[in-house]
This record gives sequence, structure tokens and C-alpha cells, in this order.
Amino acid sequence: MAKTLTISIMDPPYESANSTTSMRIIDTAIRKGMNVNVFAFEGAVSLTVKDQKPHPNPVHGTSVEEEKHPLTKDLVAGLFELAKEKGVKLDWVNCGLCVDERGAGNWIDGPRRGGPPDLYKWVEESDATLVVPTK
Amino acid sequence: MAKILCIVETPYRGTQEEHDDATLWVTHALKKAGGEMGVLLRGNAVNYAVSAQDPSGVVIGKFPIEHPAYPQKDLLKMQEAGIPVRVVREDVEERGIPLKSLVGDFELVSNGDLAGLFSQYDQVWHW
Repeated sequence: MAKTLTISIMDPPYESANSTTSMRIIDTAIRKGMNVNVFAFEGAVSLTVKDQKPHPNPVHGTSVEEEKHPLTKDLVAGLFELAKEKGVKLDWVNCGLCVDERGAGNWIDGPRRGGPPDLYKWVEESDATLVVPTK
Repeated sequence: MAKILCIVETPYRGTQEEHDDATLWVTHALKKAGGEMGVLLRGNAVNYAVSAQDPSGVVIGKFPIEHPAYPQKDLLKMQEAGIPVRVVREDVEERGIPLKSLVGDFELVSNGDLAGLFSQYDQVWHW
């Protein structure tokens, strides 16, 4: 039976190595055949916002196409795709209160709205829980 | 024209997602906008001066990071553009980073030199 990892993240996109590291941990867990629950709250609810757009980089002198800016919504979409391919479950909850206060409710397919009770339920059910604090 | 020194202390904040360090990026952008800028790396950010760092090869889900940030290369471009880059020597040494592993083009400064350095600028921005 597949093991389950729960991970709680709270950093917003594009501002911290925590987000990248968290997504790499999720990626690795999925590749190892684990089910993964993600509880995104505070700024992390913006990781999956559908309206994110790539941009050119005037300092690099690159166009949108050349820059190939990795948007976090695409990284998360790729994690859902990978989970499907590997036959494991990725359950991603965006904290509803955090979403509302930020007006960040237009997401890609995959995440669902929830709250701390979801996190608590997952903690009870999971083999391990990892919290990634912000600084 | 204001002369501004940007002190960078917290490195690798979203650099994989952004393809660069946001503080270095805005410093370079301000230079292009006409500012007279300087950079001082201190604390953990001294690692930006290590020449052999290589962040390539990261794949998240189905998405490879094709153009990861190479801060040492960005800093060299900044220096070529007229932004002097300095590194706090003591912060390098206390982290056990060999001095010979740093990009040689950057100036090493000691903590004792910082007050004099700051006096060369109109404003000092500690990011």
C-alpha cells in the first residue's frame, strides 16, 4: 500500500526558495510512488492562480519565448499530471480564508478549497507530515 | 544622480522560478534607468560569488527549469555594466568558502572597511 506524505506550505510564488524546494519534495515523493497531500495557506494559495502570465525580461534582454519563465501554476499542473501518470493521488487544498482575503480564487484545475480541518484529517491519516515555515 | 549601494544578504529567494535574484535584477534595472549603483554581498549571499555553482537540471513535475539563475554570471554582467560588486571577506571565511573558489573579478572588503564604503554612497539599501 502506498505511503502518504502531507506537506504544509505557506510561501507565496516567486519570493522564496521554500516554494521551489517544496515542489521538488512533492515531485520526488510522487516519483517514489507516494500519495501526497498539500495544504497551501497564506501566500502559497497564489501558487496555483490561473491568471499568472509569463513576461519578457528587459534586464536579460530576452523575449517571452526566450525567457521561458516557469510559472508556478504550470509547475503545479505538471505535478498533477505526474501523479496521474504514476497512479498516485495528489490532493491539493488551498485554504479558503487565505484565498478570500487575497482575492486569489481563480485556479488551474486540480486544487480544491478547504481549511485547517483538512490538514488535521490528513495528519491523522498520513505516514508523515512536513511543515515548511516561511521566514 | 543618486548613488546607491544595494546590500544583498538573503540569497536564492525564488531564483529558480524567477530566473534571477530579484534584488540583483532591480539593481541592474535601476542602473539601466540611469542610477549609479553598487552591490555588496554579505551574509549567506556571499555564495552568489562562487564561480562553480550550477543550478541546472531541475525538473518539477513535467516542467524542466530550462534557464535557471546563475547569480555569479548575472553579477559579472552587472559589473561589466558599471555596477561594482563587493563581497564581505569575513562572511566568506566564516562559511568555509575557499577564497579561490570565488569569481576573481569581485572585490573582497572587510567589515572594517564598510563604514568607508557606505560613505561613498548617497543611499544604502539593505535588502
